[in-house]
Amino acid sequence: MNDRVEVRKTYKLFIGGAFPRSESGRTYEVHDTDDKFLANAAKASRKDGRDAVLAARKGFAAWSSATAYNRGQVLYRVAEVMEGRRDQFITDVQAAEGLGDKKSARVVDSAIDRLVWYAGWADKYAQVLGNTNPVAGPYFNFTIPEPTGVVAAVAPQDSSLLGLVSVIAPTVVTGNALIVIASTKCPIPAITLTEVLATADVPAGVINVLTGDPAEIAPWLASHGDVNAIDLTGVTSQDLAKQLEIEAAGTVKRVRRPAQPNWLTTPDLGRLASFVETKTVWHPIGA
Amino acid sequence: MTFEYAPALESRAIVSIAPSYGLFINGEFVDPTSGKMFKTINPATEEVLAEISEANQSDVNAAVNSARRAYDRIWSVMSGRDRAKYLFRIARLLQERAREFAVLETLDNGKPIRESRDIDVPLAAAHFFYYAGWADKLEYAGLGPNPAPLGVAGQIIPWNFPLLMLAWKLAPALACGNTVVLKPAETTSLTALLFAEICQQADLPPGVVNILTGAGDTGRRIVEHDGINKIAFTGSTEVGKSIQRALAGTNKKLTLELGGKAANIIFDDAPIDQAVEGIVDGIFFNQGHVCCAGSRLLLQESIAEETIEALKLRLQTLRLGDPLDKNTDIGAINSREQLDKIEELIKAGDAEGAERWTAPCELPKQGWWCAPTIFTNVTQAHRIAREEIFGPVLSVLTFRTPDEAVEKANNTPFGLSAGIWSEKGSRILWMANQLRAGVIWANTFNRFDPTSPFGGYKESGFGREGGIQGLSAYLQSANEGDDQARGTS
Amino acid sequence: MQTVAEPLTTTGALREFLHALPGVDEVGATARAAALSTRSIKNEAKAWAIDLAIRMVDLTTLEGMDTPAKVRAMCAKALRPDPTDPTVPSVAAVCVYGDMAAIARASVGSALHVAAVATAFPSGRASQEVKLHDVRDAVAAGADEIDMVIDRGAFLAGNYGLVNEQIVGVKAACGTAHLKVILETGELRTLDNVRRASWLAMMAGADFIKTSTGKVPVAATPPVTIVMLQAVRDYYALTGTRIGVKPAGGIRTSKDAIKYLVLIKETAGEAWLTPDLFRFGASTLLNDLLLQRQRMATGHYSGPDYVTID
Repeated sequence: MNDRVEVRKTYKLFIGGAFPRSESGRTYEVHDTDDKFLANAAKASRKDGRDAVLAARKGFAAWSSATAYNRGQVLYRVAEVMEGRRDQFITDVQAAEGLGDKKSARVVDSAIDRLVWYAGWADKYAQVLGNTNPVAGPYFNFTIPEPTGVVAAVAPQDSSLLGLVSVIAPTVVTGNALIVIASTKCPIPAITLTEVLATADVPAGVINVLTGDPAEIAPWLASHGDVNAIDLTGVTSQDLAKQLEIEAAGTVKRVRRPAQPNWLTTPDLGRLASFVETKTVWHPIGA
Repeated sequence: MTFEYAPALESRAIVSIAPSYGLFINGEFVDPTSGKMFKTINPATEEVLAEISEANQSDVNAAVNSARRAYDRIWSVMSGRDRAKYLFRIARLLQERAREFAVLETLDNGKPIRESRDIDVPLAAAHFFYYAGWADKLEYAGLGPNPAPLGVAGQIIPWNFPLLMLAWKLAPALACGNTVVLKPAETTSLTALLFAEICQQADLPPGVVNILTGAGDTGRRIVEHDGINKIAFTGSTEVGKSIQRALAGTNKKLTLELGGKAANIIFDDAPIDQAVEGIVDGIFFNQGHVCCAGSRLLLQESIAEETIEALKLRLQTLRLGDPLDKNTDIGAINSREQLDKIEELIKAGDAEGAERWTAPCELPKQGWWCAPTIFTNVTQAHRIAREEIFGPVLSVLTFRTPDEAVEKANNTPFGLSAGIWSEKGSRILWMANQLRAGVIWANTFNRFDPTSPFGGYKESGFGREGGIQGLSAYLQSANEGDDQARGTS
Repeated sequence: MQTVAEPLTTTGALREFLHALPGVDEVGATARAAALSTRSIKNEAKAWAIDLAIRMVDLTTLEGMDTPAKVRAMCAKALRPDPTDPTVPSVAAVCVYGDMAAIARASVGSALHVAAVATAFPSGRASQEVKLHDVRDAVAAGADEIDMVIDRGAFLAGNYGLVNEQIVGVKAACGTAHLKVILETGELRTLDNVRRASWLAMMAGADFIKTSTGKVPVAATPPVTIVMLQAVRDYYALTGTRIGVKPAGGIRTSKDAIKYLVLIKETAGEAWLTPDLFRFGASTLLNDLLLQRQRMATGHYSGPDYVTID
């Protein structure tokens, strides 16, 4: 029996590579599935959302111009660092989702493997989604996918780690910068993930993680003029989803609607293709 | 004596326009239940060409029901190979009746016959050819094995390229196995209605294509109809946003092709004579009624003056007038309403202190016309540098360095297209990479091809038309609903 | 555009100038030519254009088998293209080899220009001395227009100083005769070269720049002519001097000729629509112009028996 008094952690937001508290000074209580108190998580405000957008826009500039090889390496590095914290993630997921040892391990392993899968896509998806086009004339014409820009996502509520990783990875591997609102009731795996991100060479601002209530923060992100797309995967309220989509229309944002897929199955390219733009370039062919 | 081209009029005898047209529902022309008709007018003469039906809610219901029946019973279960053959038929019929379509398009839209004859109609046929070939190869579309059509597509198209936009919308939708309710713009319905005859001649199964004429209200009823699975819209950003709002919270898919304010960027090492042609093609093609028009000319300072002089010289050879004259370069503005909008923005340009130059051409007494206009001394802050004018009005700005060109070009909520003119390959590729726009024309402008995807970044819309990418607007992967619930894009 | 303060003579100075000219995008230039060729010229415009085209013809015979009789027959036709119709204008000039210049001059008197090809036409492969002799000989025989060829080898090797020197020498040897400089664009291959060669020739003293000898597979084309018309337009803007343009070879039909007139009007401008500044180097073109003229006059299609062979 270990009678040492443990050192507990203060759970904070992850914005621009730093760990601020909410500017509002608010927190909310997080409990495990047995309703046992786990922590006070930061309750992000609209201003935290605004700061995250600023950070993401800065992160986007560097990240989108990094080589695909580099982005792949960084994502793979995230998987490496996660692997080192495997036990912590298993404990976190267990507490958050109430899973047994085996199931919890399977979810964590899947999350790590998912990252590896997407990391490998970094320098391949353009070859699959892009092409040259045989136009009827003396022009060289090619099509390439480019990142959409700053994406705001609501992470799945139930799948606190695997679902989260499955939302983050396809969006950032293509060069986007992301603001993700973690699962409200089980944010701790997400917060542990931010500690991984901070030590895995992910440039500041590329992935920003907020904890709190999507209904409070997401509308500000959906209507924000410097956000290019929203991913509503984890929105559970139909009314909120509709409201966010209406807000998004103000600047013609790309919208991915709510979904509850089985996160354990290997995905297809659908998510990865959701937040890329197709650019087509023409040039004459002449001597 | 000077070389004056004599009038070279294309005969309009090839088209016969009926006094009035019904709605095309379930393979037949039917009277609108409202009994309401509106006039379609030749913008070059203000002559009434025909009366067009206005579809109301019960007409929309009938069209959607007809499309649903055709979808369930025929089109979605037909083999791709057979769908392809119908589309090939349509392409051939368009070619056979090309001259008729060209003349009718010019009469109804006001665009020069040279353009409708050489661009709109041949490209429309080419789109059907291209997508016909896809109909039995959809497993290669990039959505995995056995991709499925979406169902009934509502398609709303603009007045600037009436037949061509119809082809861009219908060809991929039909190839993928969807059925369609299409609404042409209220000022340019005639070629869509002639296209309905093509559907009949091709023996296209009734209900696969339904064409409802009418204005914004008809469009809104299509957008809001519960029986529609997908909306494809080309038009203004304002209407695009309202459609996106209307579809919020539904399962309907959406693609939008909206406005633009493209920068056409000329570097000091550009092939200048071709660049001048590119500027002219960029903004005066189709009277500037082009969403991807190169409406912002960005000139490198060192060549700004001489390029503007060369441009003015060139514009003096542009021939404005009777759109049916084969030598006409600039036709009529499509509607009084559009002309008012253009003139309002020209006034704003004057008021904001930009310097206006207008090509010296005589405007016909009848009809709606706007002479090619250039504004110099324009800054990013001017309305004419920010708002889509959708007319033959060019705003000229200058830049000093490539970074400044990129910064100015991207400084707009739009992102449809851009032009780059330079003889330096590495700079072109760098610029192409930096510009946030869906179509980049380097050392050319306003080129279109069915194999080449077209569509915008940012507020210029989402989704692509043309190419393999154009298919995913009308298909879903077999396991959609698992993690494929892509909403609007 | 740069200014030409001093005559540029050295290869280095010429290279600096010529290579600083704007590039030509071949696809764009070709597309522009194709667009202009869709102009539809009808009725009185067509009648006017046909007569102008006739007046612009340099009626040409440049064969090893040319004889005095052949040249005299051609000259008669040049003076009066359609014997049945005195309203048909004469052509601009006859164009012959130097040894036929005297016969041509005797045949046309002072009514027409006599152009002689010189400078070791068509290849230009001879010493400058021989070329200059060739020129003096033709001028002495009565030629008042000299069609010289540039040394394409020297041009393509970048030896612009030499090409310049040769043109300057020939110009001096011409005396009062007009100098047309043949670029042989079919051998220059690229439109960038066409633009540079045009400027080189104009700066060296050409009165006309001419596309081709007619002796290589690719002769005058609309894109090449557009580039040359742009060059004379820009040279005029710079210097105030108008240089003429002569496409030669491959222009056989009235339709072709009228397309070229459209190119002039919409590229260099109306000022070039005169035989003083534009010529067609052609032989069979004249008969097609006459057939078209007859059709427009009579309202029915004419036949080859109703125009004379040279």
